[in-house]
Amino acid sequence: MATQQTRALGRLAVAPSVIALFMWMIVPLAMTIYFSFLRYSLLDPNYACSVLHPGQLFDEANRCLAGFSNYKYFLTDPAFFRAMGNSLKLVGWVLAISVVGGTLLALLLDQAFYGRGIVRIMMIAPFLVMPTVSALVWKNMMMNPVSGFLAYLFKLVGLQPIDWFAHYPLTAIVIMVAWQWVPFATLILLTSLQSLDEEQKEAAEMDGTPPLSYFWYIVLPHLLRPMTVVILIETIFLLNVFAEVYVTGTGGTAGNLPFLVYQYGLIANDIGGASAGGIIAVILANIVAFFLMRMIGKNLEA
Amino acid sequence: MKRVFTGVLGAMALAALATTALAETKLTIATVNNGDMIRMQGLTDDFTKANPDIKLEWVTLEENVLREKVTTDIAAKGGQFDVLTIGTYEVPIWGKKGWLLPLTMVDDPADLLPAIAGGLTVDGKLMAAPFYGESSMVMYRKDLMDKAGMKMPDAPTWKDIREAADKMTDKANEVYGVCLRGKAGWGENMAFLTAMSNSFGARWFDENWKPQFDQPEWKDTLNFYLDLMKADGPPGASSNGFNENLALFNAGKCGMWIDATVAASFVTGKDSKVADKVGFALAPDNGLGKRGNWLWAWSLAIPAGSQKEEAAQKFVGWATSKHYTELVASKEGWANVPPGTRTSLYANPEYAKVPFAKMTLDSINAADPSKPTVKPVPYVGVQFVAIPEFAGLATTTGQIFSAALAGDKTADQALAEAQDAATREMTKSGYIK
Amino acid sequence: MARAISTKRKLIVTVLAWAIGFVIFFPILWTILTSFKMERDAIALPPIFLFFDWTTENYGIVQERSNYFQFAMNSIVLAVGSTFFALVLAIPSAWAMAFAPGKWTKDLLMWMLSTKMMPPVGALIPLYLIFRDFGLLDTRGGIITVLMLLNLPILIWMLYTYFKEIPGEILEASRMDGASLGKELLYVLAPMAIPGIASTVLLNIILAWNEAFWTLSLTTKSAAPLTQFIASYSSPEGLFWAKLSAASTMAIAPILVLGWFAQKQLVRGLTFGAVK
Repeated sequence: MATQQTRALGRLAVAPSVIALFMWMIVPLAMTIYFSFLRYSLLDPNYACSVLHPGQLFDEANRCLAGFSNYKYFLTDPAFFRAMGNSLKLVGWVLAISVVGGTLLALLLDQAFYGRGIVRIMMIAPFLVMPTVSALVWKNMMMNPVSGFLAYLFKLVGLQPIDWFAHYPLTAIVIMVAWQWVPFATLILLTSLQSLDEEQKEAAEMDGTPPLSYFWYIVLPHLLRPMTVVILIETIFLLNVFAEVYVTGTGGTAGNLPFLVYQYGLIANDIGGASAGGIIAVILANIVAFFLMRMIGKNLEA
Repeated sequence: MKRVFTGVLGAMALAALATTALAETKLTIATVNNGDMIRMQGLTDDFTKANPDIKLEWVTLEENVLREKVTTDIAAKGGQFDVLTIGTYEVPIWGKKGWLLPLTMVDDPADLLPAIAGGLTVDGKLMAAPFYGESSMVMYRKDLMDKAGMKMPDAPTWKDIREAADKMTDKANEVYGVCLRGKAGWGENMAFLTAMSNSFGARWFDENWKPQFDQPEWKDTLNFYLDLMKADGPPGASSNGFNENLALFNAGKCGMWIDATVAASFVTGKDSKVADKVGFALAPDNGLGKRGNWLWAWSLAIPAGSQKEEAAQKFVGWATSKHYTELVASKEGWANVPPGTRTSLYANPEYAKVPFAKMTLDSINAADPSKPTVKPVPYVGVQFVAIPEFAGLATTTGQIFSAALAGDKTADQALAEAQDAATREMTKSGYIK
Repeated sequence: MARAISTKRKLIVTVLAWAIGFVIFFPILWTILTSFKMERDAIALPPIFLFFDWTTENYGIVQERSNYFQFAMNSIVLAVGSTFFALVLAIPSAWAMAFAPGKWTKDLLMWMLSTKMMPPVGALIPLYLIFRDFGLLDTRGGIITVLMLLNLPILIWMLYTYFKEIPGEILEASRMDGASLGKELLYVLAPMAIPGIASTVLLNIILAWNEAFWTLSLTTKSAAPLTQFIASYSSPEGLFWAKLSAASTMAIAPILVLGWFAQKQLVRGLTFGAVK
């Protein structure tokens, strides 16, 4: 359908975006890789650098070559496996909750009832809130074990309020993040549901198909494509969740990979280590993306 | 299209003209979001009236965010800030690296409290001017102590504290004998625990920079802390930092609270349900010669290479001057004056009327950053170690100890983990050969 | 022909939907309520729902302490600005991928999305140094560029899926009539794709508005948006829940209002063409 001329034009049209994104990706990436092989600390005492590599020159930024030691140090940090595990658990759980929850909510919203517009905006709202604000609100006013709202609810039914961030930090983070992403999934799935053929619905009704079979054989396949979209987009954002972990101060127990990189970079001021961590996180993310595409990519005929 | 273009050009020219006509110096000040700093922002008219050619721009952030931004900026020489609010932790480190300008317009430098000024001087030059200084002390409920039939000595021991806490605890009525910091953070629980460990004779590192968490003194410290909190502390203590404990104390739920001296003005202020029932005592000790209190001062400093040095020096001088103190006193009362910086403040009879003034001064004087511990150490700093690696290391350690408080590990496990983490870090940074 | 739905069933669903909607919306509602309380009431137990002394003092204090309007204006400029420039790049790209696809199209799309994989923190110092050397720190232009690049992949993908729904024949017809590419884009494609573009714009504004990491790290004052405004209320000394609620409400209000008015567009925007 596209002529030779259009194809050439097409390449030209895409060029600016590709160039821009390429620069955006390559330049910081290259610098980060470079830094990851240096002993680069924002506050490094000169003494330490020259002791490890006697006689080696270092410039005013106190850098000197470190070989793979930054990577080794990051990977042997006891916090690393925990952080990686948390990253994967967070993504997994939020995906599961948002896909299942989103489907259920979409089915609900697809029905006719009074005040759909208002309920719809109530359900969308969490997605519109700034992650930092959301984290602050959840941490203080909802989950505080003494004066928070959830504590109040627990006491109301005679249970001991849970100290979320001390005992169930990852669960708390999952709740906070899922709260924001379920609306997103709901919307996508809902809109897809609404495009379900009216005739198919009627035919199923007239045939007396039980609702469960109807759901399984007709609705679900139709939803597979939007579900794929949801999973893909969410994974990209969820792998880099940061605000919630940072604000709630659960980095020690529920910290994920981005948080660990942050700890290295901005708390310990070890830029070399943080860069190595960043590269490791990119590699991990690409592995996840690869598997994801293998599993569900076929649902997404471009 | 052409008309639009010339219009834009004209507008740009006008804008350029407008900005050159003003020729004022704009100072960007990075500050922390605590009450005293916020109060200062409300009083800047006093400064700008005397210095009409200087405009002040405030960047107010939470402590951790502030520290990160300022550190990144000064280390990468971003030049985004003209005046920085930094603490007694950063000053020795940055001063030695030549990142700060010596201060020249400080009002009566000899008047500054020696303990605090000492922490801010590098090579004999004052590198930062203290805006407010604090130590830590015991704040207790006089009424609950009376009910328990006890009297709090002015200089209690840890044993006294344990006894008092046991007697004052009434968990059925949500009264907890003692509220202490448990939230993870090098400036949160670790500040408290490090200071506490000093009074137990412990230290972070020995003269060869070997971490000391495997020594009996730290074991005693941690065990005492965990036992005390288990018996007499509030639930969820491992998430409680300064703010949370303040809220608990003000709501009447704590028998004692050992924390920053600046808290005194909050617990006796209008948001407190127990404002008139609070007594003060020095931080506890174990008779080993060091008390469990800390020393901290938020100070104003100027980055080296600043293009606006004169304006910045003027501002720093104004904000830390005796005149400023009087200004606050006249507008908001003596109890709200930034504490802990000047000898003259404590000699002032008006200020002596404030109930916690004397105890604050005594607490500050009881701390010595150059010799913080019973046994000798290669570092300075009372509740921190003034080396760059400390922030990261203490963050990790804080997380470990907070987890112990939450019951996720035993004291021995926590100490072993802390020892490993510290050894790893110190070896990597080359301190341990 | 619509089925007749029993009123009874409608009512049951109504109650259920409203209950769930309420639960989901509750944290936001609670924040707005708390912003009108005095600090003492904000931490009161049991929580007071409606019968407390309503006060607007928190808003006053927040406005006094931090210049809300400057932050809000920055947020608006950054969000709208980055969206605009991103569109300028994205529309031609999406057009090319939708109507002049090659074998590289799908891979290109995936590669673009993968640029979002790096945790921002890892690239902070390199970018900080670049910004410093080019004098871009704390400038609106600098942040607009970052936000634009951050969201460009999403924009391209969304527009691409919308454009694919537009029948190619119409464009071909216009080309055969002799229209140049520019005219084709502007006068034929755009009008048909307006709903899709509108939804994309909306989503991008939301994403740019809520972006916290880069805006916090690369701005100090002049270009600082609402994300920095909130950062000064995250845990100050003393009681702060009411003030935090007021600040939070002020920070999220514009987007909530925008979302309310542009509901339909938003819903369309989040389908990514997954809907036939």
